Amino acid sequence: MKFSENWLRSFVDSSLSTHELADLLTFGGIEIESVAPVAPPFENVVVGEVLSMEKHPNADKLNVCQVSVAGSANEVPLTIVCGAPNVRPGMRVPAALVGAKLPGIEIKAAKVRGVESSGMLCSAKELGLSDAADGLLVLPADAVIGANVRDALSLDDRVFDSKPTPNRGDCLSMRGLAREVAALSAGAVKGVDVSVVPAAHGEKPMITLAAPNACPRYCGRLIKGINVKAPTPDWMVQRLARGGIRAISAVVDVTNYVMLELGQPMHAFDAARIEGGIRVRFAAPGEKLTLLNDETRELGESFLVIADDRKALALAGIMGGAASAVNDATRDIVLESAYFDPAVIAGKSRELGFGSDSSFRFERGVDFAALRDAMERATRLVLDICGGSAGPITEAMAELPRREPISLRMSRIERVLGVAVSRAQAAAIFSRLGFTHVETEDGFRVTPPSYRFDIAIEEDLIEEVARVHGYGQIPAKCPVVASSSLPAPENSRSAFAIRRLLAARDYQEVVTYSFVDRAWELDFCDNRVAIALANPIASQMAVMRSSLFGGLVNTVAYNLNHKHSRVRVFEVGRCFVPGPDGTVQPWRVGGAACGHAVEDQWGAQPARQVDFYDVKADIEALFQPNRLTFEAAAHPALHPGKSARLKLAGKPVGWIGELHPKWQQKYDLPVAPVLFEASLEDVANRALPAFQPTSKFPPVSRDLALIFDENTTYQAIFDAVNAQKPALVTEFVVFDIYRGAGVENGKKSLAFRMLVQDTDKTLTDAEVDSAVSEIIKILRNQFNAKLR
Amino acid sequence: MQDLDAIVKDALAVFAGIHDADELEQIKARYLGKTGVLTEQLKGLGKLPAAERPAMGARINAAKVALEQSLGTRREYLQNVKLEAKLKEESLDVTLPGRGSALGGLHPVSRTLERVEQIFHSMGFEVADGPEIETDFYNFTALNQPENHPARSMHDTFYLEGGKHLLRTHTSPIQVRYMETHKPPIRIIAPGRVYRVDSDATHSPMFHQVEGLWIDERISFANLKGVVTEFFRLFFERGDLQVRFRPSFFPFTEPSAEIDMSFGDGWLEIGGCGMVHPRVLKNVNINSEQFQGFAFGMGLDRLTMLRYGVNDLRLFFENDLRFLRQFR
Repeated sequence: MKFSENWLRSFVDSSLSTHELADLLTFGGIEIESVAPVAPPFENVVVGEVLSMEKHPNADKLNVCQVSVAGSANEVPLTIVCGAPNVRPGMRVPAALVGAKLPGIEIKAAKVRGVESSGMLCSAKELGLSDAADGLLVLPADAVIGANVRDALSLDDRVFDSKPTPNRGDCLSMRGLAREVAALSAGAVKGVDVSVVPAAHGEKPMITLAAPNACPRYCGRLIKGINVKAPTPDWMVQRLARGGIRAISAVVDVTNYVMLELGQPMHAFDAARIEGGIRVRFAAPGEKLTLLNDETRELGESFLVIADDRKALALAGIMGGAASAVNDATRDIVLESAYFDPAVIAGKSRELGFGSDSSFRFERGVDFAALRDAMERATRLVLDICGGSAGPITEAMAELPRREPISLRMSRIERVLGVAVSRAQAAAIFSRLGFTHVETEDGFRVTPPSYRFDIAIEEDLIEEVARVHGYGQIPAKCPVVASSSLPAPENSRSAFAIRRLLAARDYQEVVTYSFVDRAWELDFCDNRVAIALANPIASQMAVMRSSLFGGLVNTVAYNLNHKHSRVRVFEVGRCFVPGPDGTVQPWRVGGAACGHAVEDQWGAQPARQVDFYDVKADIEALFQPNRLTFEAAAHPALHPGKSARLKLAGKPVGWIGELHPKWQQKYDLPVAPVLFEASLEDVANRALPAFQPTSKFPPVSRDLALIFDENTTYQAIFDAVNAQKPALVTEFVVFDIYRGAGVENGKKSLAFRMLVQDTDKTLTDAEVDSAVSEIIKILRNQFNAKLR
Repeated sequence: MQDLDAIVKDALAVFAGIHDADELEQIKARYLGKTGVLTEQLKGLGKLPAAERPAMGARINAAKVALEQSLGTRREYLQNVKLEAKLKEESLDVTLPGRGSALGGLHPVSRTLERVEQIFHSMGFEVADGPEIETDFYNFTALNQPENHPARSMHDTFYLEGGKHLLRTHTSPIQVRYMETHKPPIRIIAPGRVYRVDSDATHSPMFHQVEGLWIDERISFANLKGVVTEFFRLFFERGDLQVRFRPSFFPFTEPSAEIDMSFGDGWLEIGGCGMVHPRVLKNVNINSEQFQGFAFGMGLDRLTMLRYGVNDLRLFFENDLRFLRQFR
């Protein structure tokens, strides 16, 4: 909330500097986010009156003005050359005297096209009051000639911008802020005239509270015969402007002014538009109302309205209606000062799509005891500005909120804050805050004032004590606790260990958005039931990802477009998968690699593109010591011939494969990345190592090559050998694959290396040969393989 | 025997003139071989009178030792010369780049989170986790923010279609879930992604938070100040780092505070904290007369920006390798 510092100071005696005042509030919990002077520094600029003017002899667009800057009878007017288009005799304008320092320039006596000029008449821009100006700044006709313009316009002021927390609705006014300043600095609040305006006539509105819980108190007053076109005084326009509110018309300005001053939102009706009495009730089903912002809304039954005998006039606490608004033809007005239950106003601005300064205050709580203050203050201001005659106040009242006394234990203060506060200190703090308090055996019984809606329990009081005492007064002490240790399970790795492993294998971690383009979910996951956001900020962030693939492909594309030819990235994050029992949110680790298999370097093998098997090795390393199996399977994102499901002990745990060529084309990628994705939990889990004795006898290594049908998979061979091999064969791996001369078409030659070893003795050649024959027999029987 | 001295003298001169190891071995035979000059001398020993033999024998042996020593020295010298030549030939340009696989790296926010977890782990905090798609109850209601509470407008929430679920706006729901299933003492941090409807240079619709919670019988606001201050000093490795606490408001803590920190020139808002609100404890069936404690929260992205001097939050989610590689 923006407000004028000077206005606040008019409510409280304080010798604090601007900076100290802002800090006082900030460290009391009302954060002052910024302090901005309303005008830059300048001096020697006074109110001048243009007495006469004549055309400059040598320049069409210039005038030579005689300007009074002292206002005394025997004054010799200054001659000032002026180029402003709006200069007129009789006008009061800022006159910068010789020697004046304006933002960026110093005024000197000078000849302008041959005519001596002793000063300058100023625009708002030249004084630094606005960014643009199309002529001189016109001052009020009653501005005192010769007065310092800074005083005349009250320019030695600063706009404070506070960031009020939702619990402190009482600090949304000058009076509330002044109370806070007084409480925090042990000062005193200065009052404003809220004395009763005597009734000049006897007419008064009828008021019925038809929803007494929602609106337990309502004051109305008829003011007759006002001049609705009377101009709002400059001081009021200025304070409103510094509070961020544009002046509209005198009556509306008064209601806004009183709201800023006392915190009570007010409303003025054109009395002629009220048929019968005022009735505060909930809207009828389907009832419509055209509001001041020209929106016509069909109101739900949860909306409270101010109505007359026939129709709704205003949306209570939120916005007035267009039909009953004060207008140029208004003669008589009804002023409203009411209290609405915060619960009735809360949430309505979100429902409507707009709020108002009024609803902002009512939903946070307005002082239900200060309605009459506001009414008297507003009445006086209307009468002063617009004339007219006020009737008596009609007040309708039901049951007001109660402020129950709260018990506070001194021991509890110390226990919560960790520092002792004396009874005397606590009592002084409550006095400064205006909280009624009585001493009890172990502390106080405290009753908060009507304007505080945030004090309900003991902890609320403790916060008040801490806040006024000063958070800075509470020492910083690390807790002293019995030492304890945290578990460190060895059968699971942290996500960081997994990240580091991938980084060590030349992958860069990325963080992509959890919400993605709907097309990604369709293309990469064939997900037609993606979890959609009701209020996405952009269409490419509309649905929750069920796979990391979309973000990874997008990251690859982004970096390829930025002239990286080799991209290897991974991400660890949650995915959101719709399921029969609701959404599951598994953690996954996924990656993408494209470009050369290793970074280009001198003296290496000829560069080649990274392929399925390179990435497969990365995944195998990732899962170690667990051993994955790879099962050829189709995935919507992947090339059907170059993709596999990852399985761990038969359980599917992820995918690997090259991006499908159609997505490569659609997403405009020069190369197809190899992608992988796996369940993070399954990557993290690992068995404890179990010791196996190593043989003391040397292993014998034998190689053999056999010819297989092309469609025989390595996994099948590997599984068959492992299931049936003699115990002496401790290792069996493929080390070469050959197709071509010497191997008939449709066949392939696989070369294996096996280790044969016994734990008890050195093997004889015969024993080794027998083990090898055994393996050959298995391969021959199972796969019809032939020795090469 | 004059000629024995002459033989030695002659041999040493010959050895010194030889520059090839093989030639040296051939020359050796000329003196010490079966028919070598010295061998012949030894053979001639038998012809001498018995009384002269020992002395003569000793002299011949001394000459032999002298020759062998000289040969050895020369042999070693020639080997060294050869080795040196070989080494010279083999020397590398050690300034050429190394070969092999390169290294990737962690995302800067992950780096930060890892450090944050390490620091809190050293203070006895466990890491808790929870869902990112949440219910209204865990994100708001259980945290003392009933429907329509004005405080809800502090967080602009992403809702899912269907209206029942939302994306968590903070990691506090993790704390609620943890407190539901664990009895005090509780000492956890809850890191993770959070979501708010907001997007500009200092706001991202998705960002990272870490929150902490310590509930025990006498955990006080002074303790909160102590732990938070200690954390920031450890994280930034600055013992002179200043931390201050400003009164503020969060529905789930009372008293509440904003946390500001300073390296000595101006203050930066870095997080929020407070004593857990008794109603929050009541919502998870913890007796607030017996137990109390603090909670705090801060942005991991912001910590990362301050730690490494990153000036734009959006860089963390653009995933430009030129940016990310700076944090390897």
